[in-house]
This record gives sequence, C-alpha cells and structure tokens, in this order.
Amino acid sequence: MRIINTKEIIKAVSRMCIEACCEITSEIQDVYQKALGHESSEEGRGVLNQIIENAGIARKENIPVCQDTGMTVVFADIGDKVLFEGQSLKDAINEGVRDGYEKGFLRKSVVTHPLERTNTADNTPAVIYIDIIEGENVKLYVMPKGFGSENMSALAMLKPSDGEKGVIDFIIETIDKAGPNACPPLFVGVGIGGTADKAMIIAKRALLRTPGERSKNQVDAKLEKMLLEKANNLGIGPAGLGGETTVFDIFVESFPTHIAGLPVAVNICCHSLRHREIVI
Amino acid sequence: MNIINLQFPCKRKILKSLKSGDQVKINGILYMARDAAHKKMTEEYNESGKYPFDIKNQGIYYAGPAPAAPGRIIGPAGPTTSMRMDSFTPGLLDNGLALMIGKGNRSESVIESIKKNGCVYLAATGGVAALISKSIKRQEIIAYEELGAEALRKIYIEDFPAIVIIDCDGNNLYESGKKEFRKTENNNA
Repeated sequence: MRIINTKEIIKAVSRMCIEACCEITSEIQDVYQKALGHESSEEGRGVLNQIIENAGIARKENIPVCQDTGMTVVFADIGDKVLFEGQSLKDAINEGVRDGYEKGFLRKSVVTHPLERTNTADNTPAVIYIDIIEGENVKLYVMPKGFGSENMSALAMLKPSDGEKGVIDFIIETIDKAGPNACPPLFVGVGIGGTADKAMIIAKRALLRTPGERSKNQVDAKLEKMLLEKANNLGIGPAGLGGETTVFDIFVESFPTHIAGLPVAVNICCHSLRHREIVI
Repeated sequence: MNIINLQFPCKRKILKSLKSGDQVKINGILYMARDAAHKKMTEEYNESGKYPFDIKNQGIYYAGPAPAAPGRIIGPAGPTTSMRMDSFTPGLLDNGLALMIGKGNRSESVIESIKKNGCVYLAATGGVAALISKSIKRQEIIAYEELGAEALRKIYIEDFPAIVIIDCDGNNLYESGKKEFRKTENNNA
C-alpha cells in the first residue's frame, strides 16, 4: 500500500485549475494555426487570428483565456493500493478548486440550488467522477467546463434499429443546433452506449484526449473521421460567421449497452479544450 | 476588410446604416449585463416604471467578467450567450435600447423587435476574453453589486472589436454566412 497525503491533491488541483484556464497548450495552438492555413472564409480567419492572439495575451499575462472559467469537472482514477491521509478525497478536491479559483482570479460561476441560484462564492462543489484502477498511483484530470458549450450538449436514447445513420444524424444535428452559441470551432465528445448517464460521462471523458488522437476502437475511429467531414460541411465556421472550420476535432467513446437501447451523448466544448492531468 | 469606426451612443440613422457582416470598432460607452441583471432590471421597471439607468439609445454588452487581478481595470470579459437574454429583450428595445453585443442566435421575437425598433445586434468573439478586456478602459458598477460578476456595469471602451450579426432590416450573418459555406443537403439538420 502507498499512503498519499491529500495536501498533494489540493496543491495539484489548485495548480491545474489555474493552468487550464490561463494557458492554451501547444498542441491546441497547433490546431489553431493549421485551421488558419485551411480556412477560406475571411471572417473565419479573422476569428482564428483573434483566438491565437487571445491565447498569447492570456499566457503572457497569466490571466484566463475566457471569463467563463467553468464549473470544475474532476476525474480521479485511484489506484487500488492507495490510502489517503488527511482530508477526505472529495473535500481535498474541493479545497483545491477553492484555492485555485481564488489565487488565479478565476470567475466563481457556481450557484447553490439551481432554482435558488445563490453563488457559492468559491466555485465549489466540483463535479467529481471517481474510478478505481490498478496500482499505487492517482491520476487526476481537471476540466474547467464553460457553459456556453455545455448548454448545447444533448442526449438521445435512440432505438437499436436507428443504427449508425441515426447516431450520425443526431450528432450532426446537435452540432448544427449549437451553431454560434457554443464558441466554434468546437471540440466534440461523443459517448455511445451504456446507460443514459454512462453515455454522457464517457462523452465528457472523451474531451480529455489530445487533438488528432483517434479512438483505439476501429469502429469509433472510423466514425470520428466521417463525423469530422460532415460537421465541417455544415458551414457554421469560426464564431458562427460562416466557414469551413466548424469543429476542430471529434472524439468518440463507446461502451456495451442493453439489447433494447442505443444511447448517444454529445458533450460540446468550445475552441479552448481546457484540461490538465497529473499522476501522483 | 473595411472596419467601421463607431462612436457610441450614436444617432439611430448611423445604426440603421450598419449592415449585417460589417466589422466595427466601437468607442464610447456601453452597459454590461447578463441574465441576473436583466431579470432585476425588468422587475425594477415593472415595479417603478424606471430602469437603473436611462436605456434610451444605449447599448448593452452581455458579459460577466472574471475578477480583475491587482492593478487591472477589469478581468477577462468576453461575450456570453445572448439567447438567455431573449425573454427580456423586446421589452428593453421597445423602451429605447438601441444596441446589443453578445454571441449566438436570437429568437424570432427578438429579431422582429430589432426590425420594428430599428436596433442592431452585434457579436464579439466568444472565448477571446483576455483580448477583449484590453478594449475596456474604465468600468464602474452602477447597480446590483450583490450579483458579483453579474452586477450591472458601465464600461468605457476603445476600439472594441465586434461584427454586425442582425441589422435593422433583419438580415442575419449567422444565416447568410452558414449558407455560403454549407456543403450538405440537409438545411434543417
């Protein structure tokens, strides 16, 4: 067994909240540059140039790229030979969020009961997904999820007979409806199978991938390529002003499902694809 | 591309000359408000017959900034999704509001109200909040301070970058831009 003090968790979560909000990774900046080379819409190129300039300012001045610094989603994969000392894991993660949002001058965007809507003033609670994996390590992923894009996400409980066409149509329709609202060019996470909840969780987790990283499952990888082409034929373009770059990438994950079902979840993310990860 | 310099507030005649697709740099004064402030403003008007500021011929930028780090005028302040303001908008336009800046689609009733009242809807680019905040030279909270990031602010701007989405004739860049680049058979997908 290995003992990890939860102070390490707090420190890591705090740092990752700030970094994810303020620094666009070089992989994502490469995606922006590549799109700038391909995009034929003048307005579209103008938007891409703004996105590139914005990332530069944010990095240089250590300020968030976007005022919506999100609701914090944390995936914690806990090794089965790990013991924690200190606080409970959930308290430690929330303490890390509290610390990061204060120190990083990030916007506190979380309200209490959704119908009462009092700001919790520290961006907690985080949405936490805990999984048990083998080993002595903890792998933490922090994703500040903005709601311009989250609001355009959707779930469909399709019929098995709807098949591949039904799945593709629903995903493309969801991207089309998101239009200019979700800050395109988008990154799109797709979850197919499982239950209603499982489909959306794997869709969200798909957004942890690096741009260009195709699914290891051949069916899903093929679907990703088809979806990319179809989505970029929609014409929505950067910021929705019209253009060829509507999505930067689409990541598909799948899970076995019930004989009677075909759940499809689409989790939409803006052009910033903010997340960080660490192995402790 | 030709960029129009817009001093704001301005005469309606100038607003009416703006066309969907025009890129502008705005100088002058705007008010900053999002959902919670819109709700409060509308409630205040319904109770007292007055808004917390004279909205006639003014403009609202839909945004709620991140906190300002020490020594800064304002934190990152990009546009928020406009459709959340849709239910409040026709009332504001009927009472004199002239211009709105946000991001994303508007409802049919907002578009009708824009046409009827000779207003204009512009977009700033979503997610480039650090860049946009450079155009904000001064800010003051004028109401609803308790709302924090969502408080009603008056902002003084220089060369604020925006693009006309819906002009006073109802032409919509989100529709025309998409149509120009669409390569799919299904237009209502």
